[in-house]
Amino acid sequence: MNEILTASGIYKSYKMGQTKIEVLKGLDLTVQKGRFIAIVGASGSGKSTLLHILGALDEPDDGSVQFEGKRLDKFRAKQLNRFRNKMVGFVFQFYHLLDELNVLENVALPAMAQCSSFGWLKRRNQAKKHAKRLLERLGLAERTNHKPYQLSGGERQRVAIARALMNEPKLLLVDEPTGNLDSETGNGILNVLEELNNNGQTIVMVTHDETIAQRAHSVIRLADGKIV
Amino acid sequence: MYKIILPTRYLLKRRVTYLAVAAVALCVFTVVVVMTVMNGLVGEFKGKNHDFVGDCIVGTDSLVGFAYYPDFLSKLREQDFVLAAAPVAKGFGLLTQPGTGQNIGVEIMGIEPASFCRATQFAQTLYYHKDNPGAAFTPTYDPALAGCVVGIDMVAGTRDSLGRYHHDPESPRIELMITCFPLTAKGALAKAGTDLVNTKTFHYSDDSHTGLVKVDSRMIYVPFDSAQKLFGMAGPNPRASAIHVKFAEGVPLKTGVEKIAKMWDSFVATHKNETYAYLLKNATVQTWLDYRRSSIAPMEKEQTMLILLFAMLGIITVFIIFVVFYMIISHKSKDIGILKSVGVSRGAVVQLFLTFAALVGIVGAGIGAAAGCAFLIKINDMEDWLFEHFGWQLWDRTVYAIGDIPNNIEPDVLAIIIASAILAALLGALLPTARAARQQPVEVLQVSQL
Repeated sequence: MNEILTASGIYKSYKMGQTKIEVLKGLDLTVQKGRFIAIVGASGSGKSTLLHILGALDEPDDGSVQFEGKRLDKFRAKQLNRFRNKMVGFVFQFYHLLDELNVLENVALPAMAQCSSFGWLKRRNQAKKHAKRLLERLGLAERTNHKPYQLSGGERQRVAIARALMNEPKLLLVDEPTGNLDSETGNGILNVLEELNNNGQTIVMVTHDETIAQRAHSVIRLADGKIV
Repeated sequence: MYKIILPTRYLLKRRVTYLAVAAVALCVFTVVVVMTVMNGLVGEFKGKNHDFVGDCIVGTDSLVGFAYYPDFLSKLREQDFVLAAAPVAKGFGLLTQPGTGQNIGVEIMGIEPASFCRATQFAQTLYYHKDNPGAAFTPTYDPALAGCVVGIDMVAGTRDSLGRYHHDPESPRIELMITCFPLTAKGALAKAGTDLVNTKTFHYSDDSHTGLVKVDSRMIYVPFDSAQKLFGMAGPNPRASAIHVKFAEGVPLKTGVEKIAKMWDSFVATHKNETYAYLLKNATVQTWLDYRRSSIAPMEKEQTMLILLFAMLGIITVFIIFVVFYMIISHKSKDIGILKSVGVSRGAVVQLFLTFAALVGIVGAGIGAAAGCAFLIKINDMEDWLFEHFGWQLWDRTVYAIGDIPNNIEPDVLAIIIASAILAALLGALLPTARAARQQPVEVLQVSQL
């Protein structure tokens, strides 16, 4: 079996006041291992909602998501936390770094989250080494002790990618990774993603930009809550 | 580890947190200072009452007293658990200073100085006879005269504005005439006609400073046998008002009093056919606390009221912390979303914010307790300075029988206050923390939420 992720009949709606907005209307999607998939669609088409559902940050109203053949809706809270921690890595449009932690600590956060304080004392050297390696790979070796507010947008996004890769997840979910960056910086981020994919990382990226989407192996278009 | 790093950074880097720390510190400071002073005052007041009456009192409020006390006194003195027992005759009279034409109503307490000083701390209240309390009624200026000890506040001009008492090196020569209405065992006037009262002249031999305002301002101590004669309690069946008892070292108060109560019941039973047996029924056996309850209870009530007021202050602190935490957690909702997106559990989010609350409580309580202790250590110096420079005093020492402001910090009370403050911080943070833990990551990480 080469499928890492399968979404079947996904429905999702939101309430805005008295109005119910149906965002996803019976969406089906399959992601093969090692692929780099771009999901494109207009603003409000439900791209980010789909990504959140695929990464178990949100639940569908109907339908199911299977990760390596296991249904996420059957996971208990502990399994879901483990899934978010170990199996998927998220890269958000707005980076979402913790202001109180420095770059190295932000990157090491998923490793910290998976062990107790005592467990961390045992693992921390190894984890920090790994975090540093990731930062070096992403060109941030000199920035380990900086705080997020001391970094540029592109640097923050690379820190977010490093954090997402910290626990070597099987799947990387990337939400508008260049949305807040200039074209040159954005291009750098896409190069990083391509390089990761070349090394076998499965990536699902959502974007509204067709040009960016062309960097992926395959492009899925989302319109009216369905793949077209 | 993030459960330690993040709360510590929130504490150090968030200015709004300083508000919560300040609220806890201020509350702890106030409670430590006021509780120490109040506990000190109550403790001191209780101690003075205990010193004044001994451990246990077998006695009656009747002005007639009770008979057969010498027998019971002998029995008491035979007991191993009794260290000392002293008879006391109490009553009221008129005190006149010859030549002045003025008289005042006073309480008269007839005591045997030697036994009374063993049963109570009376010796410590004396000035001229502190080292020789057995001779308390012997005026130093003329040992042949009948002496009396006067409550210190009855001696005019001995106290200054700081509440300090001053004595001349030599005891002053003061003549005091005491007049009483003697009563029979039935409570009737013992005398008739023009010779209705008993009068005896005493000479000031010392003064007594118990620290109890009502006692020091209206009590005259005279020899026991003189008091019996003045009150009509002398005769073939002499009477006393009370027997004050001190227990041997290590005898629990309750146990000692229970034993004496049994002895008294048995004593009353064996004397039930005696002529004055009816007087024995008036007497009760009480602990010093029960005996002085009417004096101590109002102060204890004030203390309880104060604790209630501080409980309300605690509720206000909890509310302030609640508001501060609500603000902090509202601002930190993005962090919660990030943490959950990397697999942090709901319980771990609760732990993180409760650790933060505990840190706020510990730091706030630590600062408050340290400041409170420092303030208490210097409280008397500060009051002296304020009095010297501005004439301001917490208590007017010419009115209140308070020396120094009590500042003895009780470690257990301090520990309870600190623990309560930390608990209050945790309580204040509980609701916003629970709310934070319930948040779904997607609720706070969406663009519209930023």
